[in-house]
Parts: sequence; structure tokens; C-alpha cells
Amino acid sequence: MARQQAPTRPAARFQPSDTVDFVIVGSGAAGGIIAKELSTAGHSVVVLEQGPRLTERQFDHDEYGTFMRGHNINDPAKQPHTFRANAQQTAQKRQTIIYGRLVGGSNAHFTGNFWRMRPGDFNEASRLGGVKGTALADWPLTYEELEPYYTKAEWELGVSGEPGPFDPPRSRPYPMPPLPVKSSGVLLERGARALGLHPQPSQMAINSRTYNGRPACQHCGFCLIFMCEFRAKSTSMAVMLPLAEATGRCEVRPNSYVAQIEVGADGRATGVTYFDGSNRMQRQRAKAVVVCANGSETPRLLLNSASARFPHGLANSSGVVGKHLMFNSYTEVHAQFEHPLNEFKSVQNTRMVLDFYATDLKRGFYGGGGIDGRFGKYPVTFALDGLAPGSPTWGEGYARQLQQQFSRTMAFGCHGTSLPLESNNITLDPSLKDAWGLPCMRVTYTDHPDDLKNSAFLSSHAADIAQAAGALKVWRDPVVPQTQAVHLLGTCRMGNDPRTSVVDRYNRTHDVRNLFICDGSSMVTSSRGQPTETISALAFRAGEHIADFARRGEI
Amino acid sequence: MTMSRCDDRRAFLRAAIAAGAAWATADLLHVEEALAFASQRATATAATQTTALTPEDATVIDALCSRIIPSVDGRPGARDVGAVHFIDRALATFNASQRPMYVAGAADLNRRARATVSGAASFASLTPAQQDEVIREIEATPFFQAVRVDTIVGTFALPSWGGNRDYMGWHLLGLEHQMTFQAPFGYYDADANRKS
Repeated sequence: MARQQAPTRPAARFQPSDTVDFVIVGSGAAGGIIAKELSTAGHSVVVLEQGPRLTERQFDHDEYGTFMRGHNINDPAKQPHTFRANAQQTAQKRQTIIYGRLVGGSNAHFTGNFWRMRPGDFNEASRLGGVKGTALADWPLTYEELEPYYTKAEWELGVSGEPGPFDPPRSRPYPMPPLPVKSSGVLLERGARALGLHPQPSQMAINSRTYNGRPACQHCGFCLIFMCEFRAKSTSMAVMLPLAEATGRCEVRPNSYVAQIEVGADGRATGVTYFDGSNRMQRQRAKAVVVCANGSETPRLLLNSASARFPHGLANSSGVVGKHLMFNSYTEVHAQFEHPLNEFKSVQNTRMVLDFYATDLKRGFYGGGGIDGRFGKYPVTFALDGLAPGSPTWGEGYARQLQQQFSRTMAFGCHGTSLPLESNNITLDPSLKDAWGLPCMRVTYTDHPDDLKNSAFLSSHAADIAQAAGALKVWRDPVVPQTQAVHLLGTCRMGNDPRTSVVDRYNRTHDVRNLFICDGSSMVTSSRGQPTETISALAFRAGEHIADFARRGEI
Repeated sequence: MTMSRCDDRRAFLRAAIAAGAAWATADLLHVEEALAFASQRATATAATQTTALTPEDATVIDALCSRIIPSVDGRPGARDVGAVHFIDRALATFNASQRPMYVAGAADLNRRARATVSGAASFASLTPAQQDEVIREIEATPFFQAVRVDTIVGTFALPSWGGNRDYMGWHLLGLEHQMTFQAPFGYYDADANRKS
């Protein structure tokens, strides 16, 4: 394996007044990949990231700080947002949206699950004849068109895995074998096999061995919403941004909170305005703008960039900017076993069941998903609510159960679909402003009944798997409409028709020739709860095409 | 102790290089550096005095913490790990708005203690069984619920928050804090190995 080159040139430094080839808003899964693709293709690139740049030395295993005090995520004090279940309600301040606010974005702290979508996911709407009352649509791409970029993502980032019986065709095997199995994986496998299901190794963007100069996973156990001290997690932060900077043509500029995309008299984007770390307004000029700010901040930025020429928000002639927000469903089944599993060690999950992936209308609803074996808890969250219902909540019985069960508990994570609905969306709050005076986002969201039915269906199968695995005690989370999300999808959907989509099949906005968008917002459907590999593949594809357009003078 | 485990692991890694394990030296340096740094962070100094709570109130809250997560079967409880020091630090800083509730809650516990055992000096002077009896009276109050959450955080959050002295809270759960582990991780892992 050829080792990737260490930086040979210092990272570029541009002045805001320089007109760079590309300014990229956001440094997460998509932003990092596109920065690397464009800079290695010879273009000058500035990546603006609202959060700070942290090094591995600043990472920690601080569950309380991370989960309960908002370290390294969007800050509800400075940049609050509001939530309502439907348009009839008045939205209230509430932290519904959670994303990583640091160089590397949410991708820096993601769990590492890296699933491809399948051929049938790209034309699900036409195959199923649509789903009444929803905006379920086909993608303007086929799996075959995206496959080379899935492969590219797996090899350039570094993914550990092994194809399962239902996996889509692939042009190249996984670059690394699966990570070592944990007890949660063994038990998932045991229960699933007993039921005639087909468990398979989890596919993770985490090194199972040394890969391109980065070490193998050390199994410290802190992956879920934590950054990896060892750079064993294959992220934009660890892999793509260093390669982009090594070209000497890319500057990653942290603490840069983008306010607006500016447009000239000719209707072309001229750059962006942003607040720097000292809250001074700056302007970065660029020949083209690429927005990779996530499925909530991307539509907010477009809506906040409304002008006389684009009164309903930039690139929003279709009116669908912000619409079709999809969270992915997620629910857990918990189980206690006789012997210690020690799930606090190693990566979150090592085995999964994808037998229920495809939509089967005979079940009576749209949707599907996957079930993995994991823990999903750290000490504080476990002590708060990790014991079986009806357990003591204080006292000697409580203390004894904590001691006994922390090492003997696991969860079966059920990852499922969300239907795209016009009524689930990101809009601008009519009155709330953030610390910089910009309109805040307002989230309107209620899971479609099919999303809840699918979640309950997966949960019921997960409970069966747990029982079949020999659990002593099994209990299910209630399936209720979601009011908090880390997956932010669908809000600037991709499509061939400018009347019903925001970006075309190359992630160029239909309305503004030199404005591109690529992140979770591009997704037409929600995947099965693991969108990161698809976002990454779209970014590799968009990056390649944008570079081609630039070379041919087509931007 | 965490530090010694990390040091052991580093020694192991060095041995692995010497044995020609499939590690590139540059990668190992990175791993070693991360381990060394993590072990530095792990050394937190435990507080001994309180600032937001008076010594009397701190004694009452500490007694309450020690009944929420008592020491059982020879393992440490919330008192042993200094959960009250997390609570005090939080009340002195980001949780200051809850201080009046804590002060009133401690006074209420003392009143109830005197009603239970006439002449009792404070809730803290009751026997554990008597304390539990008093707690059952206030279990549903916002005060108790807040102390329960804070006791959990003070026992299980990183020592840098003020509690969880020497990671004893994690030890009571059976969680060893190491930066590196190796398979097998748990009891059932062996089944997978047998099957193949």
C-alpha cells in the first residue's frame, strides 16, 4: 500500500480580498472531500468552518461535556433554533438539531458506520409507485453511476468490512478486513442465525490495521460522538483536509461563521461574507461557491442569502430549499446477559443484520433498515437510564445493579428510513436572531406514520433477536415521533427538474451556475439510517465533476 | 490506576516494534504520543473544600449522595468518589441557579431528620436506614431528582469535573479506563472464535 505523502508544502494562506477559485462552506464529510478533490486538481480553495480547529491533543473522553454540556457541537446559547411539530404550532426554542461544530464537522465525531445504498434505493419511488401524500422521488443517479465513487470513498478514506449477502455489487473489495468482533456482535449473530437471518460484519470507516500512515483502532471505546485521538477513524479531519492542505493550494479557515452568499448583478455568486473569530465581518471572494454546511445550515444559508434578484432565498426558484427534511428513524432494544460483554471497549458495533433493508409493501408501510449490536451508553448516560424498567433508581439495589449490569448490557440499534415530506422542513424563524444578528432556523418536523411503523417493526425484530440470543432481560425504547436529530438530509434535494429540485445531478444549483451544494441536503431519499458513505461518494463525484467543469471553462 | 495501565500499554507497543510487529514506526510514535497525553490528562486533583455549599450543607448533600449511590459489596459509592465536589463546583459556576434549591433542600432534610429522630443534629447524623426512610418522603421532589442526576454526574463524569476521584466511579461499574484494549473484549467473544 502506498503511503500518502506527508505535507510537502505549507498550507496556503489567502487574504479575504483574494479571489480564490473556490470557497467551500463547511469542512465535514463532503466539504473535506471536495476541498481535497479541487485542490489536488490545481485549484485554490478556502474552506470556511464556523467551529475551531482542534488537534488530537484536545480530544477527550468527556461524556458529560460532550453529551450534556454541548462541547464541540452547535451552541444553543449563541446560535439557537426553534422547533415545532407542525405549521399550526408556534415554534419554541429547543435543541433539535445537533451537529459537530469544529474543523471536520459532524464527520469528525461520527460513529464510523459506512453503508452503501443499493441499486433499488435510487428508483424506489417509481418501483413502488410512489407513496401517497409524500414527496418520495427517484434520484437523478443510478447506483452504477455512483459505484465508482463509493469505491473511491472506501479506498481513499479507509474502510474496514466485508460484503454481506444482500450487499450491492462492488468493483473492488474493502481495503481492510472487518474490525475484531465484540460480544455484542457475537450475540447479535447468535440470535439472528437462530431466527434464520443473515448477520454480517459491520462496515466501518475505522482502520482495522495500519492504513495510509494512520494506525489501527486501539479499541479505547470512545467513538460515538467523540473524535479519535489515534486518527484511526477515517474522516475528513484525519484524511481529506491534510491532503488538501498538503497541495499548498488549500486554506482551512476555522472560526469563520458564514452569513451570506453574495451574488453579483449578473446573478453569479461572487463569494461569501462571514464573521471571523473576533466577530468582524469579512468577505471571501471566489470564482465559485460550494456549500457543504449540512442539511440544516445549508438551507438556512440559502434562505439568509435572499436578495432582490432571489427574493425567496438563493437557488430557491423551486421553493423546495429547506423542504423534505429527513432525520432517519432510530430506536434501541436493550438487553442484559449473564456474563460480561464489556461493551465499553472498542468500536460501537461489529455485526449487523440487513435482512429488513428493502421496502416490502406487504408489511403495510414504506421503509426498511438495519439492526446492529452495540452499547450506545457511557457511564453517566448508563446510570441515568441504562437499567431495565422497574429497577431501583437510588439506594443499595441501584448501586448493585449498576455494578452488575454495566458490563452485561447491550443495545440493538435499529436504523431506519424517513419519508420526504414538504411539511418537514427548515425555514427561518420569524423573530429569533443568533448572536451575530442572523435569523435562526426553525425546524418543523413530525415523523410520517410509516417511519414510526418501520421503526416499531425493526424494534420488534431486534427484540426477537435479543431473546433468541439468550438475553436474561429485554426491553424496548418506546417508538415516538423524533424531536432530536443528528442526520440532516434532503433539504436541497438533487434532481433533473429545476421546478422540483435544488441541485442537478452534478450538485450544481439549477439557478446559479457557479454555486454548488453537496452534503446531506442533496439526498433525495434517506438511506437506511447510515448516510455518510453516500454523502462521501456524492462529494467525490461532485468534486471530480466540478474540477472538470472548471477546466473546461463551464463554471 | 489509569496512568500505569497506559504506561504498560506503551511498553507493550515498544515491545511490539522490537518484535517486528506490522506497525510503521511513524504510526507508533503517534499512538505513543496520544497515550502519553491521555495519561497526563488523567491526573486530576481532587477538591477537599466546598465553596458554593456551606460545610454543614455540604455534609447533608454528601450524606444524600452516599444514599443515592451507596458503597456496597466493598465497591466505592458516591461519597468515596467525592461526588459532592462536582455538585459544589457546579453550584458555584454553571449550575448557580440551583443553589437556592440545594440550600432549601438540605434544610428540609434536616427538618425531616428531626421529625424522624427527635434531637437529631442533621440528616447526616441519621443511620443509613433512617436516611433512606426520609429520602422515600422526598423521592418525587424536583430537589431529589436534581441531586440524583448530579450525584450520577459527580460519580461518573470525568474527574476533571470535580468528582469521580481517581476514576473510582468507573471502577465500580467495571469500566477500566484504558486508551487501548485488545480482543477478546468480553465473555461471548470466544464463541465467534470457536465457530470459525
